[in-house]
Amino acid sequence: MRVSLPLLVSAFAVCGVMALPVVYLALRAGESDSSTWDLILRSRTVGLGIRTLGLAASVTATAVAVGVSLAWLTTRTDVPGRRLWAVLAPLPLVVPSYVGALILLSVLSPRGLLQELLAPFGVDRLPGIAGFPGAFLTLALFTYPYVYLLAVAGLRGQDPALEETARTLGLSRWATFRRVTFPLLRPSVAAGGLLVALYTLHDFGAVSLMRFQTFTQAIFLQYRAAFDRTPAAILSLMLVAVALAVLGLEHRARGRARYYRSGSGARRPLSPVHLRKWRWPCAAFCGLVALLAVGLPVTVLGYWLSRTVAAGREIGEVGPAMFGSLAAAAGGAGLTVLAATPIALLAARHPGRSSRLAERLTYAGFALPGIVVALAFVFIGANLVPALYQTLPLLLVAYVVLFLPQASEPIRAALLQVSPRVEEAGRVLGRSGAYVFRKLVAPLASRGAMVGFALVSLTVMKELPATLLLRPTGFETLATLVWTESSVGRFGAAAFPALLLVTLSAIPLYLLAGRVDLQEVRAE
Amino acid sequence: MRARHTLVPLLATVLLGAACADQSSPPPSDRGESAATATTLTVYSGRDEEFIGALFERFEGDSGHTLEVRYGDSAELAAQILEEGDASPADVFVSQDAGSLGAVAEAGQFTPIDDDILDRVDPRFRSPEGLWVGASGRARVLAYNTDRVTEQELPGSVFDLTDPAWRGKIGFPPTNGSFQAFVAAMIVTDGEDATREFLEGLEANDPVLYEDNSSTVLGIAAEEVDVGLVNHYYLYEVSAEEGDIPVANHFFEAGDPGALVNAAGAGVMATSDDTDVAMQLIDYLTGDEGQTYFAEETFEYPVVPGYEPSVELVPLDQIDSPDVDLSDLGGTLEPALRLLAEVGLV
Repeated sequence: MRVSLPLLVSAFAVCGVMALPVVYLALRAGESDSSTWDLILRSRTVGLGIRTLGLAASVTATAVAVGVSLAWLTTRTDVPGRRLWAVLAPLPLVVPSYVGALILLSVLSPRGLLQELLAPFGVDRLPGIAGFPGAFLTLALFTYPYVYLLAVAGLRGQDPALEETARTLGLSRWATFRRVTFPLLRPSVAAGGLLVALYTLHDFGAVSLMRFQTFTQAIFLQYRAAFDRTPAAILSLMLVAVALAVLGLEHRARGRARYYRSGSGARRPLSPVHLRKWRWPCAAFCGLVALLAVGLPVTVLGYWLSRTVAAGREIGEVGPAMFGSLAAAAGGAGLTVLAATPIALLAARHPGRSSRLAERLTYAGFALPGIVVALAFVFIGANLVPALYQTLPLLLVAYVVLFLPQASEPIRAALLQVSPRVEEAGRVLGRSGAYVFRKLVAPLASRGAMVGFALVSLTVMKELPATLLLRPTGFETLATLVWTESSVGRFGAAAFPALLLVTLSAIPLYLLAGRVDLQEVRAE
Repeated sequence: MRARHTLVPLLATVLLGAACADQSSPPPSDRGESAATATTLTVYSGRDEEFIGALFERFEGDSGHTLEVRYGDSAELAAQILEEGDASPADVFVSQDAGSLGAVAEAGQFTPIDDDILDRVDPRFRSPEGLWVGASGRARVLAYNTDRVTEQELPGSVFDLTDPAWRGKIGFPPTNGSFQAFVAAMIVTDGEDATREFLEGLEANDPVLYEDNSSTVLGIAAEEVDVGLVNHYYLYEVSAEEGDIPVANHFFEAGDPGALVNAAGAGVMATSDDTDVAMQLIDYLTGDEGQTYFAEETFEYPVVPGYEPSVELVPLDQIDSPDVDLSDLGGTLEPALRLLAEVGLV
């Protein structure tokens, strides 16, 4: 199939924008001299790289294990409380990692809330979680929903006939999962795992609060302490290189196979797997994850809030910030899904060297710490397009650059499950490319687009560095409010906007979960 | 097919939301008018709204000018100003610490402060070139739990905290900018080797590491630790939130790097179109209104001689802070952070 011109032009335009931070960093890095390199060598780059990759690998492995199990349990089985878990499972994604880290620290630090509870039993000090355990726990707990959401979308897109066939041919339930269901899920799981790995690479909030030194932390130190942008740019480019290596891994994990149905036959829902004696252990597993990743944050935030209210302190106005969060999330996610579509189409339908290059380029922004992308847009905005600088449109473009893979991955995964024969048939029957896209491709890819929209809007709602530097003056979001209060140590006052943030995020999640219910009704 | 029914209204909401949000943002400032009429200044503030917002409002009321304040982290705002270069829309940069002001000054992006303003501020708290002035001072102290230790037991020098007698009893926030500025000051006064030795000794004493100054003070109040290295005013901040707590401040002896007094201050951007009004704001911060505000509302040290801190603070002239030029601290911050990382404290 030939690449259509509109597709090529739009993909090219998106890539141009996505490349901006990298071009900017390359220019900054070009200012380096030998003293810069001394500094980089002194900052123990190799050791940092190993620690960073170790963290990313362990967080990703855990997130995949938790995310895939939850996805399978909530979509394919009769686990008790399935709908509840389906609604709760993606929620942790909305907890900003610095808030999550603060919450875990307040509970699990040597003299934290848990120790207070255990004090009557003679426990006067807990070992604490700062360092690797804390960074690992925070990131795994609050990023596994990437895998969960993509795996759910992947499971929905699968043809149940394949599993049924496997069962009829005598495979056990476990063997069916291992040999049919999971391999078919590979593109979705690889995509989700990739998002988790890259999130871990660029995260600053959790690692700095848990005091675990990573690459991103070293970049922040350069900006914050030395005000030297050249070493920060070089370190950032190294991080992009690491991300490209991770992308290569994902490409291999995804495999070359086809994931769409090639035969004819009607698609229909699958009857749920009966867990029998495993029902309650599985429910306990879902409950444990929900307790740690949703119950704990909400309880601690509620506790902080109740202390503030009990002390009679006032809680600032949140109305404008709520509106700001919604506008930023909806605008950012909408624009990102639009920009991601040509990239995903190109990657799914026209695999090849140049489309892979284009696709990888779009990951640069997501692999970079938010502050780096934000400062790149500060430079570009103030100097090249001053009319747009510190306005909402430029902020939304920055969100696209930061989060595009979160939309392009699910769209591509959805497209991979649709046979290109469908489109070819449309064209052969004399329809225009635009018509085929509108009538055939878009509806089929819409499940991925919905997931992408939800993921991006959740992430935008908690985004901080770019929002702080690029927002219109006076524009507040719930995340900036949380930052304002918690940066002066007023956790009680920060708890209210944080709880609202979690509640508002339920909107995109509800849209996704609402679709779950519809399918279940048909299934039962 | 069902997805389109949700996707279409969603996208409509997006566009509507974006359009509304655009209108709700304030109109662009009308700089370029003469300073005599009311103008709008863009202020980048690294000081939290909580601490300084009320003072900005008073300035607006008293002067008739409007301030468009963008709040952020001091160091990140400094980085932002460096990136903006000559295109910076900022008129005034207000910072939590001297280091960020020094970085902007070094890039040549500040215009000199008027002499009459400079002259009134204690020379310790302003740039030697007159490019920025301090507006308030914050002293490094050893906060201690009054139920657990007495003032007499406390060390005269911060170096004494490496004594094994303090094992498990010390807390501090290693990732906090003020703590890091203190380490940078120690490098200036005592050199890198002595500082490394100090940090290693501190680390060997099994300290409790906190996220920030407030939680350190809370930790002292809760008897998690006996003493903590913090800025002096957090005691009053936390008391205001929590009521009476058994915590007091101990000041290290004369010239000790632990007795550093840092400045929060401001500078006027060289690219400002309204230097006159910007200077008025600096005048206000260092004038009667500002100095009284910092003394009484934020429990900081006024930097203009003649104004007294409101609470029972050790008067500034009795704190002999180490012989450190605050604008030099930027130079040793990088080695300070490297040492902290090497010792494993950050």
